[in-house]
Amino acid sequence: MTVNVSMNVNGKTVSADVEDRTLLVTYLRENQRLTGTHVGCDTSQCGACVVHVNGKSIKSCTMLAVQAAGAEVSTIEGVANGDELHPMQEAFRDNHGLQCGFCTPGMVMSALDLVKTNPDPSETEVREWLEGNLCRCTGYHNIVKSILAGAKAMRGA
Amino acid sequence: MYAFKYTQVGSVDDAVKAAGSADDAKYVAGGMTLLPTMKQRLASPSDLIDLGGVSQIKGIRKDGNNIVIGAMTTHAEVASSPDVRSAIPALASLADGIGDPQVRNRGTIGGSVANADPAADYPAAVVGLGATVHTNKRTIGGDQFFTDMFETALEEGELITAISFPIPSKAAYTKFPNPASRYAIVGVMVAQAADGVRVAVTGAGPKVFRQGDMEAALKSNFTADAIKGVKVSADGLNADIHAGADYRAHLVGVMAGRAVSAC
Ligand SMILES: Cc1cc2nc3c(=O)[nH]c(=O)nc-3n(C[C@H](O)[C@H](O)[C@H](O)COP(=O)(O)OP(=O)(O)OC[C@H]3O[C@@H](n4cnc5c(N)ncnc54)[C@H](O)[C@@H]3O)c2cc1C
Ligand code: FES
Ligand code: FES
Repeated sequence: MTVNVSMNVNGKTVSADVEDRTLLVTYLRENQRLTGTHVGCDTSQCGACVVHVNGKSIKSCTMLAVQAAGAEVSTIEGVANGDELHPMQEAFRDNHGLQCGFCTPGMVMSALDLVKTNPDPSETEVREWLEGNLCRCTGYHNIVKSILAGAKAMRGA
Repeated sequence: MYAFKYTQVGSVDDAVKAAGSADDAKYVAGGMTLLPTMKQRLASPSDLIDLGGVSQIKGIRKDGNNIVIGAMTTHAEVASSPDVRSAIPALASLADGIGDPQVRNRGTIGGSVANADPAADYPAAVVGLGATVHTNKRTIGGDQFFTDMFETALEEGELITAISFPIPSKAAYTKFPNPASRYAIVGVMVAQAADGVRVAVTGAGPKVFRQGDMEAALKSNFTADAIKGVKVSADGLNADIHAGADYRAHLVGVMAGRAVSAC
């Protein structure tokens, strides 16, 4: 079955004809050409595909596009303000929080969800929160450092 | 994933009706188990009936001496609920230890219980707290609900609407998580429930079970020392690359002791 699915992505209404079985991540990458959201595992474990749906971080490889019909979706492409990086992105750059960068969009989207409910997380809280985000380059220490720095910058401290 | 027809419904009645009129329908709740299973082609339903819009089975309320949790309530909502945290903190912390934040934002209590994964956490709460499972047609006692590995007392098309947990005087849940998935290699819920002491073990066997010898020992002396001498047999326990049956049997004792101390 083909259905027309529209949703609000990064503040813009978009739509596309897709199959019932089309995943949200496929809809974003192939129909909307927003290729910042990555597919690392496709088995719900790695978190490279994390986006926000109605304000909450979710794995877009494990949600159907039709399930997000009418939702507010934000992806890594919507985080920066034009050419100006978001403080969380800036923190990843400053702290060498990425190596190949494949996991980074998911890390940033996941971190932004954490900071929303916990603006001043401890290092342990950051590490626990990252349970669902894998970095194949294993740069976890600097990712944690980046998130702590990003959270601090966002608090304006 | 094979093609299927997706239907969104707004009520329990419509969900049951839609499932009944389809060839081989499945309900989808959080999809955190079902969609990966479909991608692997281990399931290929003709129809998916999405319960996401059924608001009547979402949410948490305190009803006398019970905490009643709607089937579509996510793990994250259970973990952060002030009602659950104050009445049954063990249940809130169990929910907070499932998978990762993104799994907890989508996965639901109804989906977890219906799925009856032998390593899932919620079954330990359903049995260990003596909960009752409410469906669209009846209520099922927690002790009768889980029948085998991935098997429950649910009939074809039967839909879980809510689970009610009697508030225990004390309870604690301790698990030895698989370091990759966070599923329980062994998890134990210990409770002083209204109907006596309960010790429910998940992860160790093909389905959640009560450890009767520990319950008897704890009845007269509710301390970790009281169960130190209880022998747990490895017969019939799970063995896989993560842990052998003997090791799981040993972990049951260790996790139960820690849970009692944490009560
Ligand atoms: C990476 C990862 C890590 C995980 N770690 C853990 C963990 O540590 N501990 C743990 O316990 N679980 C874990 N899970 C599983 C997770 O908790 C799932 O959310 C849960 O098993 C299924 O819930 P769901 O809402 O996603 O159900 P779905 O996947 O939507 O459905 C599962 C099954 O239940 C049926 N169903 C759903 N709702 C109902 C209902 N109301 N009535 C009748 N049938 C229904 C469906 O038809 C389907 O057969 C993990 C999952 C992933 C992907
Ligand atoms: S691609 Fe979605 S979790 Fe790995
Ligand atoms: S930076 Fe390469 S996967 Fe994380």
